[in-house]
This record gives sequence, structure tokens and C-alpha cells, in this order.
Amino acid sequence: MNPHRRSPFVIAATVLVYFFLYAPIVMLILYSFNSSRANVKFEGFVTAYSSRVVMDGSTVVSSPCGPFHWFCDLAKNDDVLEAAGNTLAIAFTATIIATIIGTMAAIALQRYDFKIKPFSQLSLYIPIVIPEIVMGIGILTLFSQLFGWMNNAFGLTGDARLSLGIATVTVSHIAFMVPFVTLVVQARLQGFDKSFEEAAMDLGANEWTTFRRVTFPMILPGVLSGALLAFTLSLDDFVITFFTNGPGSTTLPIYVYGLLRRIITPQVNALSTVWILIVFLAVLLLQVLQSREAKPAHE
Amino acid sequence: MLQRLRESKSAQGTVLALPTTLWLFVLLIIPLILTLIISFGKRSPDGDVIYSFTFENYTRLAGFSTDCPDGQATCFDPLYLNILMRSLTLAFNTTAVVIMMAYPLAYFIARAHPKRRTMFLFMVLIPLWTNFVIRVYAWMMLLRKEGAINIVIGWLANLLHIPFTPLEMLYTPGAVLVGMVYEFLPFMILPIYTSLEKIDNSLYEAAADLGANAFRTFLRVTLPLSMPGVVAGTILVFIPVMGTFVVSDILGGRQVILVGNLIQRQFLDARDPTFGSAASLILMVLTLIVTYFYTRKFGFGEEIIAA
Repeated sequence: MNPHRRSPFVIAATVLVYFFLYAPIVMLILYSFNSSRANVKFEGFVTAYSSRVVMDGSTVVSSPCGPFHWFCDLAKNDDVLEAAGNTLAIAFTATIIATIIGTMAAIALQRYDFKIKPFSQLSLYIPIVIPEIVMGIGILTLFSQLFGWMNNAFGLTGDARLSLGIATVTVSHIAFMVPFVTLVVQARLQGFDKSFEEAAMDLGANEWTTFRRVTFPMILPGVLSGALLAFTLSLDDFVITFFTNGPGSTTLPIYVYGLLRRIITPQVNALSTVWILIVFLAVLLLQVLQSREAKPAHE
Repeated sequence: MLQRLRESKSAQGTVLALPTTLWLFVLLIIPLILTLIISFGKRSPDGDVIYSFTFENYTRLAGFSTDCPDGQATCFDPLYLNILMRSLTLAFNTTAVVIMMAYPLAYFIARAHPKRRTMFLFMVLIPLWTNFVIRVYAWMMLLRKEGAINIVIGWLANLLHIPFTPLEMLYTPGAVLVGMVYEFLPFMILPIYTSLEKIDNSLYEAAADLGANAFRTFLRVTLPLSMPGVVAGTILVFIPVMGTFVVSDILGGRQVILVGNLIQRQFLDARDPTFGSAASLILMVLTLIVTYFYTRKFGFGEEIIAA
């Protein structure tokens, strides 16, 4: 029997599901080239170039960027640039901290015995089994009660008052990212046995040398994929950010959500297209790196 | 102190695990405790919390109101119970539809040539990594009266000479279901794929040698062995659907109100954090109960991490 033989039903279902996954994305990208500012119907591409934007009613007739009119429009939007900067700053900071403390915890949980171990392990599953909104409003309550109390107690006024902002978003992101890093690294640590480390110790290496020369190189792929997972979780997060952000800490998902409740121009589509393109390239890069790394291991 | 740390493995383990454990304790467990405390509190006129011990928020959720129209002391209005039921039904329906769509695709990828599997999985990851809010927006554009779906149906109707008026699909319960299915489909595909991929080819060969046809092989070999993936996928889909408010907010307009929307409004528009906290705890308890019974029946697979 040919193991790769497939039934026509499975093939038909597969084609339909892939169509379902991609049709909305293709539509989204197409509309980012829409000449109609109202963005209700697709009224064709902007075909002409000119030194200034020429409009006919709500239709763009010609633009310095031609068909890419909305992308140029996007690049001039300071709010978008600020939101993109915030999103990246939060994701980078949170990923670095979450990866370090998450890896430490994974090593502790996999290689050591200590009193609070059951509690540490159990707390990792909280973000998986509890709806995000429950965490979001809980953290919001914590910050608002804490800040209210501190502002009163220390008599903080004006700009000195503690309020929600980039710091609260970052701290909250770390909370839901750490468990994913720890679980991924833990799975990697489970994959190889302790005898490598024990051999190093027998040969006279101390604990730090053993970690640096044996344990860390072995878990590095796990640490990197944990960090990458954490980074994308942070970039994509809407709910936790929604409840913990304040003035000046708007991220891209929050910004787009705000736009959807008001007027939607093809600029939103242009932003989505750029986002999809970046994600596509990032996933592609990751796949290439992984397949390169996997090859020598098999030989 | 340092000496002790150098000698005691237990102390080393505690120190390594401490930052994560503390972080999770302060930002996940303390907030849950605070939510519980506040849910028994009262709302002050300016939207702040007055700490007290009253079950008012919970009786209000159950539908018993003290603020009645014609002078009665208490009256019953199942408004909030209906919202809870609607969320539960939607979460069950979404999970069922997602399983039916994800299974054939995961099966296809798992049985594809190993060289092509990476590419097919890659194609599942792209929509998953495209931002959540952007994906809802895509469906908003498709479901509109002037959207692509109506254009295609209209074009087909025109071809067959059937009179056609554009369908009102946006701001309906159906739109919310489609949006939820689209958002969470990849979360079901990945764990099912992981468990299907582990099945050894020799099992299929053995089943064939023993005379089982394709259908019987699927029922007796493939399906039971892939259950851990289905269970993990269900947890990854059911729990977020129960709490999501963005999809219903954008695709359901003000027509489809779910628990998530109810909670969100208490914290932002209605400004009654005490009632919102009570609703949020009920949501958490409901999801935990469903997850508990489901995993007790089918087991808790490690596939959840693979996704």
C-alpha cells in the first residue's frame, strides 16, 4: 500500500480549507491598492503618477506613488510610526526578560528539586487554561488599585502620578510570555538525558562550566524558538495590551482596532499588507534557518 | 549564604525558579485574588470600588434585580444568563466546526511527502501570524453588503437569471461564528497534525494486512491515536473563544453580545468593575469546569505545547 495515497475527499477538503484561510488575506491585500478612499467597492488601481495627489470626489486619480498611494500615505502617518515603535520596543524588552527568567525556571524545574517546585510548575499553566480577558482585567485592577494607593500615599501629583503606559504593558506581556518560554525549553531539556552533564562533572568541570559548555549549547535551539514564540505572542497581543495600555503606549493592534470603529480608508489595508509581508518573510527566514540546522544533525 | 547556595541543590533550584514564579504570582495569582475580592464589593457613584461583602453582583448576574419597573421588591430577567448561554453555545459550535475543517487538512499534511510537509505547515502559519485584529478586519470587508461574497453570489445569480438582493451578513451571529472559526482554525490544525504525524506507517500496513478497509482503519487506528491532538486543539480553541470580545465587537456590531463584551464594557463604558469582576470569575469557572470534564474524559496531551 502506498502510504502517500490520498482519498479525493481529503484533497477536496484540503483545497477548500486553504482557500478559506487565504481568500480573506488576498482580498485585504487587493484593497490596499484601491483608488477609492471610501474603500467600500474596489474601484480600480491608481494608474497615473503626478507630483501632487489629485482627487476626484473620494477617488484618487493620480499620486506621486501611483498604485502605491496608500503605502506612501501610511509612511507619513505619525501615529502609525509611533505605534510601530511602541510595539517593537515592548516586544524586544519583554522577550529578552522573559527568555532569561523563563530559561532559568526551565532548568530549575527539569534539573533540581526544591520546595516550591510543584507550585512553580502549576503556575505555568494558568495563562493556557484561563481566558485572556480574565487575566487582562485582573492585571488592570491590580495596577489601578496599586497606583491609586501609591499616588495617595506619596502625594504624587501631575506628571509624577503613576499611570498605565509602556512599562505596565511590558511587565504584563512578560507574565503571559514566560510560561511559553519555560515549557518550550523544558521540552528540549527532557529530550536529552542528564548523563552528558554528569560526564562533564566527572571530568572535573564545575557547574558553571558544565552549563556554559554542555547544557546551554544543547538547549540553545529550544531557547531560540521559545524566544521567537514569545516575541510573536507579544507583537500579536491585543487583549492584555488593551487593558494595560495608557496614553502614549498605543501598539499597532490597538491602533488598528481603534480605526475599525471609525472610518476605514485603504490605509488600514496598506498597513495590513505591510504586516503580512513582514510576517511572511520572518516565517520564511525561520524555516530556512531550521532546515539548515536540522540537516547536519541527521548526518 | 553564598556558601549554602553553593552546596545546596535545593537552594539553587529555588533561586533559578524564583524570578518566574514571583512574576507569575504577582501578575497572575494576585490579580485573580483581587478580582475575587472586588466581585463582592460595590460600585461608588463615580465608578470606583467600595470594599464590602455582598453577593449583589452575583444575584444580578443570575438575573435577580432589585431595580424593578413596577415597584416590586425583586424581579427576574435572564439577560445575563442568556449572554452566558450564547457564549457557551458559540464556543461549542466554533470548536465543532473547527475540528471538522482542521482534521482533513492536518491528515493531508501528515500523510504528505516529508519534503512537502514543511511547506504545507508554513502555509498554515502565515494566516496564524497575521495579526488577530487584521484578520477580523478582513472578514468585515468580505461580509459587507458590498463585499466580495455578495459580489460573487450576485454574479452567479445574474448568470442563472435569478433576481438577487445583497445579503445582510455583517452584524449577525453567523458572521461572529465565521470570524471565530477563522481566528482559531490554525490552533486546531497544528496539534492534530502533531499527533497524526507520530503514527507509525507500520500500523496502517498492519491494519491493511489484517483486511481493514480505509474507513475501518481510520475509525480504529487513526482516530483513536489522534485524540490527544484533538483534545489539545479543543482547549486551545474553546477557552479563547469563550473570552474573546474583538470578533463579536467588530463582526457582531451591537447585535451579538458575549461574556467578553459584557466584561469589557463594565471596565470601560459602564464603569462598574465590581460587576465586571463577578462576570469574569463566572467566565473563568465555566471554562475551567468544561476543560476539566473534557480532559478527564479524553486525557491531557502534551500536544498543547507543540502548538
